[in-house]
Amino acid sequence: MSTTTDMKPADTQKKKSGGFTGAAANYVDERTSISTAVKELGRKIFPDHWSFLLGEVALYSFVIILLSGTFLTFFFQASMVEVHYDGSYVPLKGVAMSVAMASSLDLSFDIRGGLLMRQVHHWAALLFVASIGLHMLRIFFTGAFRKPRELNWVIGFVLFILAMAEGFTGYSLPDDLLSGNGLRIIDGMVKGIPVVGTWISFLLFGGEFPGVDIVGRLYSLHILILPAIIVALIAMHLLFVVVHKHTQYPGAGRTNNNVVGYPVLPVYAAKAGGFFFIVFGVVMLMASFFTINPIWNYGPYDPSPVSAGTQPDWYIGFADGALRLIPPGLEWVGLGGTWSFNILIPLVGLGLFIGVVLLYPFLEAWVTGDKREHHILDRPRNAPTRTAIGAAGVTFYAGLWAAASSDIIATHFKVTMEGVIHTLQAVVILGPIIAYFITKRVCLALMKKDREIVLHGYESGRIVRLPGGEYIEVHQPVDEYERWKLVSYADYKPLELTPNARGKISPVQRVRAGLSRWFFEDRIAPVGTQEIEKSHGDHH
Amino acid sequence: MPRTQKPTNGTSRRSGRRSPLASVALIAIGLLFTGGAYAAFSTSTASAATESASAQTVAEGEKLFAANCATCHGLSADGTSAGPSLIGVGAASVDFQVGTGRMPMQMNGPQAEVKPVQFTEEQTAALAAYVASLAPGPAIPAAELLDAQGDAAAGAELFRINCAMCHNVAGAGGALTEGKYAPALDGVTPQHIYEAMITGPQNMPVFNDMNISPEDKRDIITYLKYVENNPSPGGFALGSLGPVSEGLFLWIFGLGAIVALTVWITAKSN
Repeated sequence: MSTTTDMKPADTQKKKSGGFTGAAANYVDERTSISTAVKELGRKIFPDHWSFLLGEVALYSFVIILLSGTFLTFFFQASMVEVHYDGSYVPLKGVAMSVAMASSLDLSFDIRGGLLMRQVHHWAALLFVASIGLHMLRIFFTGAFRKPRELNWVIGFVLFILAMAEGFTGYSLPDDLLSGNGLRIIDGMVKGIPVVGTWISFLLFGGEFPGVDIVGRLYSLHILILPAIIVALIAMHLLFVVVHKHTQYPGAGRTNNNVVGYPVLPVYAAKAGGFFFIVFGVVMLMASFFTINPIWNYGPYDPSPVSAGTQPDWYIGFADGALRLIPPGLEWVGLGGTWSFNILIPLVGLGLFIGVVLLYPFLEAWVTGDKREHHILDRPRNAPTRTAIGAAGVTFYAGLWAAASSDIIATHFKVTMEGVIHTLQAVVILGPIIAYFITKRVCLALMKKDREIVLHGYESGRIVRLPGGEYIEVHQPVDEYERWKLVSYADYKPLELTPNARGKISPVQRVRAGLSRWFFEDRIAPVGTQEIEKSHGDHH
Repeated sequence: MPRTQKPTNGTSRRSGRRSPLASVALIAIGLLFTGGAYAAFSTSTASAATESASAQTVAEGEKLFAANCATCHGLSADGTSAGPSLIGVGAASVDFQVGTGRMPMQMNGPQAEVKPVQFTEEQTAALAAYVASLAPGPAIPAAELLDAQGDAAAGAELFRINCAMCHNVAGAGGALTEGKYAPALDGVTPQHIYEAMITGPQNMPVFNDMNISPEDKRDIITYLKYVENNPSPGGFALGSLGPVSEGLFLWIFGLGAIVALTVWITAKSN
């Protein structure tokens, strides 16, 4: 990157400093053989695209969370012993609360930098889950989960679930009113599970809710077990990225067998290192200027009050929304118990949704029968059915997510609560279907447009009158780099029904062929060389 | 109940000695007693409007009432199909409804909205005096209950238990059913807060003095004023709406800024 002329002024000192660093490097290398790793990793190439940095954002937020969280552990006490608050926040003076709540308040008001660290920790947590979500959407819509990266998708998705669990256990720790209400909902959901629910709840809370154990237990999960698993999975996730090499978008010179980009050393390491501080800076700014989770407003937990506008943090919102959207009156008494289908349906529904997302790479691979390795990403339009499925999933999730804020929507847009709920019920059920068809048609239309551009070029806006009197608009042929992007995608055909060794077609085969037909039925074939040749001279 | 009724019916049918009007008379006497006792009790709790408004003020209020309120509430304030009777609502209710601009109502809706106040303070006082002269009802609270110098911690606890489910822990307001809502309490005067508690306007329940004592009400006002006058220690409060506004902020501004920065970092230099 830097030119050699830049180095010249330092030449005089080079011998001296090179002597020491060289010796030090040699010392380390002789004892660790680290040069092999540096050689290998330093020459690793990473392609450059903004969307490839989203996972990095998640990683950096996690580092910020670890740092700020460590600070918080110095002062937070995970105990539910009752004390009377005696800190400096006036509207809580003398109020009975747990030690957990009192120590969180002390962290906020009486420990230098404590409130800033609490807010850094919480904002970074929101950013952590959000950036994982956005990263996952990028992976999904570009088909980056395809062979050989299916397992890494699973690891990443498990990380997403664990991040949500970390978030939930974290915001339940201060034992304020909001967190207690959240735990109460979890308790209710657990108790809604037939037969074992009550016992699981008793096990979790050490007796009847809320008990005196839960904060300590959540604390162990939050600072020990969950972070340990997350760190291990992140390591595996990154190892896989190195092993598989990074994917890249289609473009001139990029093939399935190469990676076009910058080497880790020096360019990418510098960029990534700098980017860490940028992310840290953004989180710091948010934490400095914007309140998050004002536990002093919520007060200590008491099972009787529930505040208006009680919501979980954004990433749990979809589950809260599912509970809000389920119609009333679904409880059924019989068979020796109450069957709370108003809880079971959301539990099972969300479980299925999560299961489908987790296993999607395998499902798609089975349907398409595609066993090739893919290192070139799909442009979303070039995989219309997958993109449409993704849009349907996003709509479903967004409907549930919005439902978690139904009351805020009602007050702020001056509409009725019932209207909001009924609209969102329709969005959750009909929305995905509508989104599926619209997205698929839009993708196909965009592919047709690409095809048109490759064959006939851009409309230049220049109108020419021919000698015969005919007016035509001159089309500008697309340049080769651009064309590469437009034509390089794989063309699939639906699987054909082939009899197995015994000459029979199994029902499973039929289902698979049917799904494959649905997946690839509507498609626009990429433009081939012959077609391009043929279309030359046809640029009108 | 059913056990005592059955034998009575049985004996009257068998003997027929007791007059058939006896039970009716008994019920009437019972009702008179309970009703009278209740009336005596409730007037004693609802700090009777003893403010001696001059006859002139009342007359002035009556004129204003006839011109501005009678269309819906009736010429003698006993209510019509369009508006409830105001007999016994007291001066506090008038002061709250008219003093916050909710009355006269501009249009029918899920609930009366706050709008610019339509009457001067004297006119509002005259209206209140007139309505208070019709029947005893909650009076305008004394100034020493409105000084916001009570115990904020006690008030906060009472507020969380009694008010926060509709008004939100920080008084930011919240949604009710069918388009109704509990308004935000920011900027509401102590007098109006107090009057709302004792009169229960719109969908709000009445918190009478048996329920929350006048001193407790003073504490609640103290807490609300504390929240209003002390900015959030953590920075901008994002409307004090809780995790929804935090999540929205994170996705739009936090992640928005991050994505903009990723684009900047990977942009090709010219």
